[in-house]
Amino acid sequence: MASVVLSEPEKLYIVHGVQEDLRVDGRGCEDYRCAEVETDVVSNTSGSARVKLGHTDILVGVKAEMGTPKLEKPDEGYLEFFVDCSANATPEFEGRGGEELGTEIANTLYRVFSCESSVDLKSLCINPREHCWVLYVDVLLLECGGNLLDAISIAVKAALFNTRIPKVRVLEDEEGSKEIELSDDPYDCIRLNVDDVPCIVTLSKIGYRHVVDATLQEEACSLASLLISVTSKGALTSMKKVGKGSLDPESIFEMMETGKRVGKSLHVALQKILDEEERLGTSRQKVGFLG
Amino acid sequence: MAAITMRLPVPRKVVGPSASRGGEKHLVAPGDTITTDTGYMRGHGTYVEEEKLIASVAGAVERVNKLVCVRALKTRYNGEVGDIVVGRVTEVQQKRWKVETNSRLDSVLLLSSMNLPGGELRRRSAEDELAMRDYLQEGDLISAEVQSVFSDGAVSLHTRSLKYGKLGQGVLVRVSPSLVKRQKTHFHDLPCGASVILGNNGFIWIYPTPEQKDEEAGGFTTNLEPVPLADREVISRLRNCIVALVNQQLMLFDTSILYCYEASLPHQIKDILKPEVMEEIVLETRQRLLDLEG
Repeated sequence: MASVVLSEPEKLYIVHGVQEDLRVDGRGCEDYRCAEVETDVVSNTSGSARVKLGHTDILVGVKAEMGTPKLEKPDEGYLEFFVDCSANATPEFEGRGGEELGTEIANTLYRVFSCESSVDLKSLCINPREHCWVLYVDVLLLECGGNLLDAISIAVKAALFNTRIPKVRVLEDEEGSKEIELSDDPYDCIRLNVDDVPCIVTLSKIGYRHVVDATLQEEACSLASLLISVTSKGALTSMKKVGKGSLDPESIFEMMETGKRVGKSLHVALQKILDEEERLGTSRQKVGFLG
Repeated sequence: MAAITMRLPVPRKVVGPSASRGGEKHLVAPGDTITTDTGYMRGHGTYVEEEKLIASVAGAVERVNKLVCVRALKTRYNGEVGDIVVGRVTEVQQKRWKVETNSRLDSVLLLSSMNLPGGELRRRSAEDELAMRDYLQEGDLISAEVQSVFSDGAVSLHTRSLKYGKLGQGVLVRVSPSLVKRQKTHFHDLPCGASVILGNNGFIWIYPTPEQKDEEAGGFTTNLEPVPLADREVISRLRNCIVALVNQQLMLFDTSILYCYEASLPHQIKDILKPEVMEEIVLETRQRLLDLEG
């Protein structure tokens, strides 16, 4: 993980600041940095999104492909996650350096999305036991500025919102063999319902208090963090503790409450921006990567 | 109450050339032809190909009589004797420390160039060498002056004055070295209630103004008491103002930082980092600086 080295007095300054609810950049303990969200940035994907949270830059692409359903769930499609830590973010990720972090993040995403109610997988089924849609979600880390998982989960939700899966019809022949027909109209597609897709909120424990959306410097001062995934209704779908420090059970309860509260506002803000972008449609000037 | 703002990205506005700049700056990109006149000598940032002088970096062309060179706008710090730098210790070696100063090679701080506590002047012994880690460890921040530059470009630092030494509590902001204006002094005690060190290497250190000048300390003792909230607010505001100035590509010096601070007072500290607020306060700062000149 990209990290910065800080001197002891610097760390002390940050810890005391958090105690008084005034972080280095003037934010309170529950404030997020200003985020920029844009969808449909990669043209050859079914859906894509780019999220910039301070110095953290994430690009997510979703590709819908046809595959066979899993044996234990024959009438559902599924999601596959792959996280690539680009060497652009930090030289430590060159070659195979970013693999460890990438697999860790991918496993966290699998866990968060393992909840049955998050994505309606039955809508991805075409023919039970034979054909289904597989959504390959690829995450690319362009820049590491702290709080990676929150930004990744926001980008994944935005990309899934933007995903357009072509409508297919199953035709049955006289012999009984099934043929799949793709509709001719490129705009004839199904959209996913992302109302229950959870977002990850990382709460880092610094001193006696916890902060949301930690920067790299704040992450260097925190010994333990709690990752919780919250849906828009405030329901917790998964929880994970990271870091080498220990957490008091009472503080875990407090952090969970804060996480639920912050998670709900996060979903409201994200949905607002996604709806606004949808409403602007083609009249919005695309910024992409060269803006 | 959590405050989360999300926005759609806005394409960056092309900033037109400002009227205050005296004379046209000849900006070039790598590969641009500077001149086809063969009478010029090539300096840094240029090369000759097919009798044309071509730029190899992106920056402004500078001409001194017959010497043409290109000064890059975004570059690593190139040390010059007498510069003040703020650096972070990366290694503790046998008789020296390696300090990271945002240059191509790590800078060197020799044990003999460091002040001993109490200001005593004596030859450094083996005990001093073993006690090096007590003075400076990996991760510590120091302010120092450039003593000399080696032939490979590495910089040798010294802290032979009581105003240099280990830095205590405060905030570090990293900017591009070309944005720090060269001035007579780089240590400023701003009237708003905090002090700032503008390192020539682009490391800006903002810290609470110490109450009394401790003469014997020489920069070794660090004050570990919690900084009061009022000072913290000033420091956070200054940090955000500096980030705003860098974002809008304005030169950093004590007056510009102070004007930006005053322009930002009507806004909340965390709002300064919003793009529209940044533009507004930097525009006001630019205006005041122009009025000051004109």
